[in-house]
Amino acid sequence: RYQMKVKVLSRNPDDYVRETKLDIQRVPRNYDPSLHPFEVSREYTRALNATKLERVFAKPFVASLDGHRDGVNCMAKHTESLSTLLSGSCDGEVKVWNLSKHECVRTLQAHEGFVRGMVVRFCGTSFFTVGDDKTIKQWKMESPGYGEEEEPLNTILGKTVYTGLDHHQNDPVFATCGQQVDIWDEQRSSPIRSFTWGVDSFSSVRFNPVETELLASCASDRSIVLYDMRESTPLKKVIMSMRSNTLCWNPMEAYYFTCANEDYNLYTYDMRYLTSPIIVHMDHVSAVLDVDYAPTGKEFVSASFDKTLRIFAKDSGHSRSVYHTKRMQHVICIKWSADNKYILSGSDEMNIRLWKANAAEKLGVLAPREREAASYSQKLKEKFQHHPQIRRIARHRHLPKNIYHQTKELRIMKEARRRKERNLRKHSKPGSVPMVSEKEKHVVTVVK
Amino acid sequence: MFSQKSDPFPGPAPIPEDRVQKFKRKEKLKKPHHKQYKLRDIIARSEDASEMAQKQAARFDLLLPEEAGFLEGDEDEDTFTISQEDIADAVDITSGAKYFNLKLSQFGPYRVDYSKTGRHLLLGGRRGHVACIDWVSKQLMCEINVMESVNDVKWLHSETMYAVAQKKWLYLYDSNGIELHCIRKFNDVLRMQFLPYHFLLATASATSFLQYLDVSVGKEVAAICTKTGRLDVMCQNPYNAIIHLGHANGTVTLWSPNQKEALVKMLCHQGGVRSVAVDKTGTYMVTSGMDKKLKVYDIRAFKPLKSYFLPAGASCLSLSQRGLLSAATGDVVQIYKDVWSTPVTKPYMAHRVRGTVWGLHFCPFEDVLGVGYGEGFTSMLVPGAGEPNFDGLDANPYRSAKQRQEWEVKALLEKIQPDLISLDPTALAQVDQATLAQRHQDRVEALGFDPLAKEKFVPKFKKKGRSSAGAVERRKKQVAHEEQRDIIRKGVEDKMKMEKERREREQNVATFSSQKSALDRFKK
Repeated sequence: RYQMKVKVLSRNPDDYVRETKLDIQRVPRNYDPSLHPFEVSREYTRALNATKLERVFAKPFVASLDGHRDGVNCMAKHTESLSTLLSGSCDGEVKVWNLSKHECVRTLQAHEGFVRGMVVRFCGTSFFTVGDDKTIKQWKMESPGYGEEEEPLNTILGKTVYTGLDHHQNDPVFATCGQQVDIWDEQRSSPIRSFTWGVDSFSSVRFNPVETELLASCASDRSIVLYDMRESTPLKKVIMSMRSNTLCWNPMEAYYFTCANEDYNLYTYDMRYLTSPIIVHMDHVSAVLDVDYAPTGKEFVSASFDKTLRIFAKDSGHSRSVYHTKRMQHVICIKWSADNKYILSGSDEMNIRLWKANAAEKLGVLAPREREAASYSQKLKEKFQHHPQIRRIARHRHLPKNIYHQTKELRIMKEARRRKERNLRKHSKPGSVPMVSEKEKHVVTVVK
Repeated sequence: MFSQKSDPFPGPAPIPEDRVQKFKRKEKLKKPHHKQYKLRDIIARSEDASEMAQKQAARFDLLLPEEAGFLEGDEDEDTFTISQEDIADAVDITSGAKYFNLKLSQFGPYRVDYSKTGRHLLLGGRRGHVACIDWVSKQLMCEINVMESVNDVKWLHSETMYAVAQKKWLYLYDSNGIELHCIRKFNDVLRMQFLPYHFLLATASATSFLQYLDVSVGKEVAAICTKTGRLDVMCQNPYNAIIHLGHANGTVTLWSPNQKEALVKMLCHQGGVRSVAVDKTGTYMVTSGMDKKLKVYDIRAFKPLKSYFLPAGASCLSLSQRGLLSAATGDVVQIYKDVWSTPVTKPYMAHRVRGTVWGLHFCPFEDVLGVGYGEGFTSMLVPGAGEPNFDGLDANPYRSAKQRQEWEVKALLEKIQPDLISLDPTALAQVDQATLAQRHQDRVEALGFDPLAKEKFVPKFKKKGRSSAGAVERRKKQVAHEEQRDIIRKGVEDKMKMEKERREREQNVATFSSQKSALDRFKK
């Protein structure tokens, strides 16, 4: 009777229900925000859960490599193979490890006394070691065949003890440091160039991985000296308030390097402006012995005398993680593996430990949905990282009691110093006590 | 060989502006100072990402499978004269089967509730009859008589549990009719509302208590003594989980479990308030009162928008997902379209039932209105009421048992804590300016100097004689002039703003003042 136009919503169940039991379920989506209320609160709850779960799954220790008979003094990453690691100990032994099987593949007696430095050549077929017996030795990477003796490819005898070693990225050139910094050609048995600057000993030398002609070294007069291999004299040096033990160049940014200092801090410098460090990284409670950058250049790990290792982001003043174990004593050397996933620490009690760089990361091959869920959780944690409840949970780390108390003590000491300086400034003529920023406090002078 | 023709429509396909606006969450931020390069970079990247997400969501809108229903009569014909039987005959069989009557005259007027997915229906008769039905397949899930008077029935988070407010206490039942809990702390409950994302059951009692029960944990979250008398008008705002209570003195009060007092008290009607309804976006509130008026308010700004006169006041109100309002006047159910934008003169649809209407509820995702009245239950066809495209991860009427279990686990994991219920649900996304200021002050005190203070400008020493005293002074003066201009500009802006506010306030005072003298015509 009526000429009306009418349509009532009617859905065909065939479009919404799966055909057979073997299919996956159909999930039609509508992203209209009015169908999804409370977006912010729900995301916040998910971020809170993700942060809590990250703490639950944060188990970074993977394996311990046992076998050295004296403390591990230095380590070297193989340039071509991810699963090979070389380590040198304080009794002159060098061991080659297979990291996937957690086994030692080869052992050789390299020096009498400490193995002071080790580096693998860029081609990966040989490696160099220096030791307390004033020699530089080059060895083959393959194990000797049946019945053959372990013989170095090349031995160079020097006059003084060499304390550090590093190889050029592309050329057959390496550098050693001891009483002076020497640049050697692999074919010659005497250095092609020596740099001195009135210092009696250098503790480490490093080639810049990006600007491959530049070197830096840490000297015992509390300074860091920069060299260019092509020149005949050092470029400049920065003298700090305490001595640096080692330094590491940022593999992604050509001009940044980080040095591990005795005054419990690490300093990142821009090579061009040495008057004040870019960042001061503070969190250790004892001298920092070694530092290594991640291959992405965004983070680095530091090993300290206080039996912990800490991971810092390259631009933050405080660490994002701290790894410690009751069994790990003073951590002497540290390396970040070239696939950005693992950290290797060599310590005083003759063990090398393998740790995960991201403590809560799931290793191995992840299914696509797992990967998506992990990256969604990561983004949520970043989005809400500043909210107080989430920040409190994300920052929480268990520390050994002595480190916890030591941190508190250092904070009280720092606060006391700051209060005294503030009072001095308040009660003096305005302008007579200048404000010195934390960064500038640690640099004494720059010498050209 | 490439053809020489060029693309007549270069670039990506255009997206209609209103669709992009639908997915917009927030305005773009003011760009920070150019020295804060890291912050600028972070903000620029995140704004790019959110723009991309907005565009993608708007493009996806094209792929939605269903379209909303509609009812259009001829030019001279009014749609409210079209009867339900005619509509049921005109549409297909499945839709026609959605119009049905249940004759249940024995157990009193019926209250109605549909589950969140719209698949399951719960009926509660005043004399104790409680039944839950899968109304699409007409399967009876359970039917019990609780042997007591029933004030209200409500589904909990899924079709497995429901709550019945009986004469004395609150009872929770399973979908098989098994009594799970008898909660004696909740006594004399008259009305209930379930907040789905917080897993909270809010109950309003005859003793003027508003109580919240967390049904996932089983704890009473808050018991608020409202001191406003018998509470029998209640509704929830689905946008921010605030409970609206209507009172006999014409006020509507807004409550959250975090405060012992009402968040807002609005005087809405000159008699008692009979019913309240809020739309799903949380923008409009429709109230009806004993003064036979139907009023529409903008809840975000708390302003009255429209006021209509109904000859017989509306005793029940319900808003559908697409904004249709159903009002029950006596035994006639009237449905109005678009009550808040265009002034409405006649209803969209109307239907008469046998007996006074006791409960009205639109079925989510279907073009169906459930009417509970003295003689039973009717399911009416209302073309254009339901949201055509549901989201499978949120409420899926076609979900299997396994999908329901997975959804339940995920929903429990993202259950929102009751502390976060407030008038503005996006409060967490905003910068807490007060705490920021406090923290900055603490830091200044601790350090002894202000780390964010602008450093004095020290001109760079230029070589080759370009740093003579006069040149250095000139450079310093330039920077000083620029800073002075900034300060002056800011001062002028603040002053203009204050002037404008003062003028507006004076204007408001002038318009509201009722004193009109003959000399007003000489006033400027």
